Amino acid sequence: MYAEFLQFLLSGITVGATYGLVGLGFFIIYNASHVINFAQGEFVMIGGMSAVFLVDAGLPLPIAVIGAVMAAILVGVLLEKLAIEPARKSADVVTLIIITIGASIFLRGLAQVVWDKNFHSLPAFSGEEPINVFGAVIVPQYLWIMGGAAVIVAALWYFFNKVPIGKAMTATAYNPLAARLVGIRVKTVMMLSFGLAGLLGAIAGILVAPIAFTSYEAGIMLGLKGFCALILGGLSTGRAVIIGGIIVGIAEAMGAGYLSSEYKDAIAFIIILLVLFFMPQGLFGKKGTDRV
Amino acid sequence: MSWLFSPRTGGLLVLAGIIAILPSFLPNAFYYDVVIRVGLNAMVCIGLNLLIGYAGQISLGHAGFIGLGAYGSAILTGQFGWEPLTAMFFSAAMVALLAYFLGRPVLKLKGHFLAMATLGMGIIISIVLNTEEQWTGGPDGTMVNPLTIGSVMLFGEQVWYWIVGGVLLVSVWVALNIVESPIGRALRALHTSEVAAETCGVDTARYKLLIFVVSAVYASLAGSLLAHYGAFVTPEDASFIKSVELVTMVVLGGMASVYGAVIGAAILTVLPQLLTAFEDFEHMVLGLILMLTVIFLPKGLLPSLVARLTNKSKSEEAI
Repeated sequence: MYAEFLQFLLSGITVGATYGLVGLGFFIIYNASHVINFAQGEFVMIGGMSAVFLVDAGLPLPIAVIGAVMAAILVGVLLEKLAIEPARKSADVVTLIIITIGASIFLRGLAQVVWDKNFHSLPAFSGEEPINVFGAVIVPQYLWIMGGAAVIVAALWYFFNKVPIGKAMTATAYNPLAARLVGIRVKTVMMLSFGLAGLLGAIAGILVAPIAFTSYEAGIMLGLKGFCALILGGLSTGRAVIIGGIIVGIAEAMGAGYLSSEYKDAIAFIIILLVLFFMPQGLFGKKGTDRV
Repeated sequence: MSWLFSPRTGGLLVLAGIIAILPSFLPNAFYYDVVIRVGLNAMVCIGLNLLIGYAGQISLGHAGFIGLGAYGSAILTGQFGWEPLTAMFFSAAMVALLAYFLGRPVLKLKGHFLAMATLGMGIIISIVLNTEEQWTGGPDGTMVNPLTIGSVMLFGEQVWYWIVGGVLLVSVWVALNIVESPIGRALRALHTSEVAAETCGVDTARYKLLIFVVSAVYASLAGSLLAHYGAFVTPEDASFIKSVELVTMVVLGGMASVYGAVIGAAILTVLPQLLTAFEDFEHMVLGLILMLTVIFLPKGLLPSLVARLTNKSKSEEAI
C-alpha cells in the first residue's frame, strides 16, 4: 500500500522533473521574446536521438551527450536566426506560434530523413541494478534524472543571477526597452535564449532516453507536457515551472497507477483545464490587470 | 456594378463558378477525392476563421470537434441504426452543447492560456476516441455507413463532389452573413480591444461563446460528412496535429478572410499530395513552406495579394 504509493510518487517526480526541464526551455524563450516555442519538444527529440546515434556510432557516452547537446543548441540558435528574427518585427504572437509549429514539422521531417522512423533507447548511465527505497523499487536512471534536473536548476539560478550575460537576460525579460537603453544587445539575448532552450531540451531528452523510448515523434507529447508545466506554473518564475512539471508528473503517475493507465496522457490535460477554469492565471501566476 | 465586387454576391458567384467548371479539369476519381477533402477542410477553416481571424481567439483543439461529429455519425448510424441526417444534426447539436459548456470557462482565458486550454480540450477528446474501443474501434478506427437520404444512397466521388460543393457554398454564405451582421461587428470590435468593446455595450463573453459554438458546429458537420464520405474514421482526424494543420490553413490563407480560409485549406490539402513524390522529404518541405509563407506574408496569402492589387489601404476590407 504505502510502498506502492511511494513507487508512484518517485516515478511521478522523476518524469515530472523532465517535464519541468522542458517547461523551463519554454519559459526562457517566452521571457526573452514572448514567443511560445512549439518546437521545444523537437529539441528534446534531437537531444535523445543524437545521443542514441552517436553512441551507436561507437562514441563513449559522455562524448555522445556533449555532441547531442551541442547539436540541439545549434538547432535552437539557427531557428532563432533564420526563422524568428526575420519575422519578429512585423508579426503578432499567433504568427510567431505558427512559425515555431512550422519549425517543429520541419525538424521532425529532418529527423526522419537523417535518422529513421524506428524507436530507440539509450543504455542506462550506470547500470540497471534496481535500488530499494523504503519498499519502492527504482532504477538508477531515476537518480540521474532527479540529480540532473537539480543541477540544471541550480546552474540556471547562478547563471541568471550572478553571471553578467545571464543578468542581462533577466533584465531583458523584465523590460526589453529599458534593457536596450542600458546597452544590452537584445538580439544576442534572443539568440542565447533559444540556445539555452535547446540545451535544456536536449538534456531532458538524453536523461529520459534510457527509461522511455525515443523516436522522431517523441518530442510532441513531451513538448506538450512541458507546456502544461509552464502554464500550471503560471508563466511566472522558473521555480514555478519546475514545481508545475513535478505536479503534472505526480498526478500522471498516481492517475495511471490508481485510476486508469489508458488515460495517463489525458490526466495532465484534465488537471490543466481544471486549474485554468478555477485559477485562470495558473497556480503561481500573479493576478494581473490589463493596461488599456 | 459594385454588387459584383462585394464578397457576398460577386465572391460567391466566383466560387460557384469555380465549383461548376472544376470537374472538367478533374481527370479521375483521385482528383475528385482531393478536391472533396479540400472542400471539407475549407468548411472547418471557415468556421475556425470566424473564431481566430475575426474574434481573435485561438483554438488549438478544433480537430476534436471534427472527431466528435465524425464518430457521432459513425456510432449513431452504425450501432443504433439512426438515419444519417438525423445522426449528423444530433451530433452537431451535442457538439454545440459541449462547446457551449466548455466555452464558458475556456473563453475567459487569454493568449497562451487560451491556447493551452483549447489544446488540452482537443487532446482529451482524441485520447477518449483512442481509448473507448467498444464504441470507436480504438486507434484502428471504425467503418461508417454510407450517407442515405430517405431511400437514396449517396456514394461515389462525383456525387460527393456536388454535395460538398453545395455545402461549401452554404458555409461561405452563412459565414459572410455573420461577418456582415451586428455579430460580425461585435467580433471585430472585441478583437481590437475587449475593454473598449465592453465599454460600448458589447457583451464580449456572449459573442465569443456564440462564435466558438458556431465554429464547433461547422467542424462537427464537416466531420460527419467526412466520415460518411470516407466510409471510415480514425482518431487521426481528431488529433492535435490535425488541429495545428487547421490553424495553419487559416493563417496561411489569411486571417479574417472567409475566402482566404478556403484558399489556405486548398493549398495545404493539395500540397502533401504533390509532395508524395518526395515521400521522405514531405514533412521537411511542408514545414519549410509554412515558415517561409508566414515570414514573408504574415497577413496570409489572400489579404497580402488583395493588398498588393488594390494598393494597400483597402486591405482591411478584403473579406
